[in-house]
Amino acid sequence: MSEFLQQLINGITQGSVYALIALGYTMVYGILRLINFAHGDVYMLGAFFAYYSARMFGAAQNPNPAKALIVLLSAMAGCGIVGWVIERAAYRPVRRSSRLAALITAIGVSLLLENGGQILFGADPKFFPQIIPLRNIPLGHGVTVSNQQLIILTVSLGLMAILRFIVMNTRTGRAMRAVSYSHTAAALMGIDVDRIISFTFVLGSMLAAAAGVLVALQDPKIEPYMGVLPGIKAFVAAVLGGIGNIPGAVLGGLVMGIAEVLVVGYVSPSLRDAIAFVLLIVILLVRPAGLLGRNVTEKV
Amino acid sequence: MRRTVWALALLAVIGVVSTVLPRLVNPYIMQVAVLCGINVILAVSLNLINGFTGQFSIGHAGFMAVGAYGAAMFTLQLGQRWAGAMMAAGLPPVVAQGAALCVALAVGGLLAALAGYLVGLPSLRLRGDYLAIVTLGFGEIIRVLILNIDAIGGARGLFGIPVWVNLFWVAVGAVGVVLLSLHLATSTHGRALFAIRDDEVAAEALGVDTTRYKVLAFVLGSFFAGIAGGLFAHFIGYLNPSSFQFLKSIEVIAMVVLGGMGSVSGAVFAAILLTVLPEVLRPVKDYRMVLYSLMLIILMITRPQGLMGSREISWGWLRGRRRAPGAA
Amino acid sequence: MKSRALRHTGIVAVAAAGLLATALGLVASGCAKSGGPSEIVIGVYGSLTGNDADFGQSTRKGVELAMDELTRNSQGAIGGLKVRSVVEDDQGKPEEAVTVVQKLVTQDNVCAVIGEVASSRSIAAAPKCQDAGVPMISPSSTNPKVTQVGDYIFRMCFIDPFQGTVMAKFAAQNLKLTHVAILKDVKNEYSVGLAQFFSQAFIKLGGKIDVESAYSAGDQDFRSQLTSIKARNPQAIFLPGYYTEVGLIARQSRELGLTVPILGGDGWESDQLIGIGGDALNGSYYSNHFAADNPDPNLQGFLQRYKAKFGMEPNSIGGLAYDAANVLFGCMKQLHDTDAATFAALGSAKAGTPERRAADKKLRDLIAATKNYPGVTGTITLDKDRNASKPAVVLEIKNGKKVYNTTIAP
Repeated sequence: MSEFLQQLINGITQGSVYALIALGYTMVYGILRLINFAHGDVYMLGAFFAYYSARMFGAAQNPNPAKALIVLLSAMAGCGIVGWVIERAAYRPVRRSSRLAALITAIGVSLLLENGGQILFGADPKFFPQIIPLRNIPLGHGVTVSNQQLIILTVSLGLMAILRFIVMNTRTGRAMRAVSYSHTAAALMGIDVDRIISFTFVLGSMLAAAAGVLVALQDPKIEPYMGVLPGIKAFVAAVLGGIGNIPGAVLGGLVMGIAEVLVVGYVSPSLRDAIAFVLLIVILLVRPAGLLGRNVTEKV
Repeated sequence: MRRTVWALALLAVIGVVSTVLPRLVNPYIMQVAVLCGINVILAVSLNLINGFTGQFSIGHAGFMAVGAYGAAMFTLQLGQRWAGAMMAAGLPPVVAQGAALCVALAVGGLLAALAGYLVGLPSLRLRGDYLAIVTLGFGEIIRVLILNIDAIGGARGLFGIPVWVNLFWVAVGAVGVVLLSLHLATSTHGRALFAIRDDEVAAEALGVDTTRYKVLAFVLGSFFAGIAGGLFAHFIGYLNPSSFQFLKSIEVIAMVVLGGMGSVSGAVFAAILLTVLPEVLRPVKDYRMVLYSLMLIILMITRPQGLMGSREISWGWLRGRRRAPGAA
Repeated sequence: MKSRALRHTGIVAVAAAGLLATALGLVASGCAKSGGPSEIVIGVYGSLTGNDADFGQSTRKGVELAMDELTRNSQGAIGGLKVRSVVEDDQGKPEEAVTVVQKLVTQDNVCAVIGEVASSRSIAAAPKCQDAGVPMISPSSTNPKVTQVGDYIFRMCFIDPFQGTVMAKFAAQNLKLTHVAILKDVKNEYSVGLAQFFSQAFIKLGGKIDVESAYSAGDQDFRSQLTSIKARNPQAIFLPGYYTEVGLIARQSRELGLTVPILGGDGWESDQLIGIGGDALNGSYYSNHFAADNPDPNLQGFLQRYKAKFGMEPNSIGGLAYDAANVLFGCMKQLHDTDAATFAALGSAKAGTPERRAADKKLRDLIAATKNYPGVTGTITLDKDRNASKPAVVLEIKNGKKVYNTTIAP
């Protein structure tokens, strides 16, 4: 029983990481109908920005929460800028072309960030400084949870709440929803569509950066290709929950994290990468628009 | 009659070219040429699914893997013995191995087609990006399964596959899939596929059996991907699941989109371009993949409709009359 | 019908013309580069980019250091011929490895090849060297199949069955363990092989494997595997993976309260191991090719020079590549000293010519006869299967330092 509880905690932690990355995917998709393949690599950049800023601020020596917050914010700011540049330079020129052209561009950007990152940061994995020292909190019966796991969970939920607030309760959020409904109609209503799309990218990239920092904090190994696998898994999580749907991304992430952990723990660890997709296929066959997605018949 | 003559003439040309070429260029270039040919088959076959029918599949590496492992296992279990027996019976090695290879390729292709049929089924229910992610999932599941089956090598890979493939076989395969695609494009069946791509609801209303045609596109596309896999296996002589990762599917997608969705000649050119480009970029060392990805982005920005759009190269096109058989 | 057929033939013709044109372009670009008579070219291939980039980069650095020393000692020349290396990237893909090795042996006219780290890529590419009659020295592929490809394929490291036995012996006899868990990387043939050889040897020595669990390289989270392992209460975990994952696994196991020692193989060897694993690795053991605290001046000199040149500690991959290059240079020198005419053919004859094949054959024979070569990764003697038979050292991690524990001979 204690093993099962521990596995469940592992699954929720893993799931909240997927959820955090999935949020950015789902937002960009909701607005642009673009699978932003570079999202996982922005997540990687977030971890590296934090790595360098932590060294700059000396956040690993006598760590305190204020320093950790500065590191987190600077990584988010850095990735926000990167996201803005990517959208401006690569995605905007192809926005009016087919969605596939945009997809290939996204793949190009992803490869560029990975290979450019390797040249800039080096190929060897780096140790991410412990800006918040690990503390284990025993829950009894041999079950433990770490303070870092709790931080990941609370920050993910907090960011999700903030995001939901922005999307549902602000003017910009309303504009975002309008743009996701129809670019043309939104433009006719006087919404600056370009600005809203830029804003979405900046927001999505900042979320990816936060995910990168939090994961690096918990699993302190960062390298230029670290975003590939979590990127794909998070995208699957977003689809699982119903892509374009914010609570769906979080639910999808959690379901996937827990499913993976249970398969590893009780079935066969080598089937881990397959289970995400098996689950996805089963759910999509039952609910073609994902767990929380609305089923809209596409005409085009 | 006329067709047979054309086919024989074409075979003869391929035969002559692929015997003369190795004497002129070094084996490295022959190797790149063969890989070009394999990628042409992959790109043109994916074009049947993505370009012709508009079904967004990003799991092509999975079908290729099924074909590669299927063909290789056949050869290792039976084909090699058959070829040996045929040679013992006095047939020249080229003929004996060629015959065994053809059977192996057919086995690989059919297995891949079966996988394509299974993947094609959900396409009846899923659209667009949802279908894309399911095909991606199938590709990954296939890879993980291969990794976990010890009898076909698992992580160690599959050794000792006889190297029977040379430029001739790859060229025959590539020309075959290209001709078949072009033929399909101008046939009733092809028109049905285009109709599904352009407007599925309208196609259904006009009496096109969309279910049948969508599955047909998947089965046909994956059959040829399986052939490409079988050729790959018998060319490299060693298979490892890491050759069939998600990134391989992405490479093939890039070829189709860069060539121009639905354009067979575009897919051919893009496949050759994207195979040769990384080789030409070798002198820049570590910056190679950076340049490659930059060029991919720039190409997509400057020619988002792909190199060929949805046109085909034809005599008429070369003379300046532009017709668009695929885009009607 | 006729017009369609005509049109199709047209397309095929244009495509064929395009293929031919690109091929000719490649020929043109290749001819300009091929070695002149006054130099010897050696080829190096590895994963300079992609997931395993660190391995390829380390290999390149090791060879580069050996080249530097050649420059310092003899103006970069052997027997009056300048030595040049061509380094190619295979992106960590087996099929790319085949292509680049083909390029090296035909286009770049190399007379020997050094590479790969990953056994899968060595196995894929080795037949090209074997067919072309060009010796290939794999610095660090430990899977037995690599050198079974043919008599031109060598390696500078020991093989997995030996390494698995070493750790099994160490666990059973030195640590007196009776039951352990195994956690292997299913994506990695090195890890799978080593796990298998360890478990065979350990069971033969009377031990028991509590559970065999697995992960895939690139994973960040191993908590669920570790939680299951913890539930079986093993005395130790055998973890035959690469250092890239080992550090995180150690951390997460301690986090979950699993504090038994972790045992591993030479894939652990890297400066980054302790950087990432930190205190979590204290009390762990792994088998390796050398111990950095060995006072051997040869080894210490290498460590110093490597650090000075690249600003980082070498890992065993760099060390083995360094040894591979030096063994190769030594054999070339020997060939020059004993048979200058044949040696000259290494530089002057084109790839594939009979003179060149003869010269490469002689070079192969010399490499095969390597005996008691004092490498930085231990004394290297090639056995009849062209594998290096050399002792393995077992290192213990104590207070964040790698400390020599014992040597186990083959």
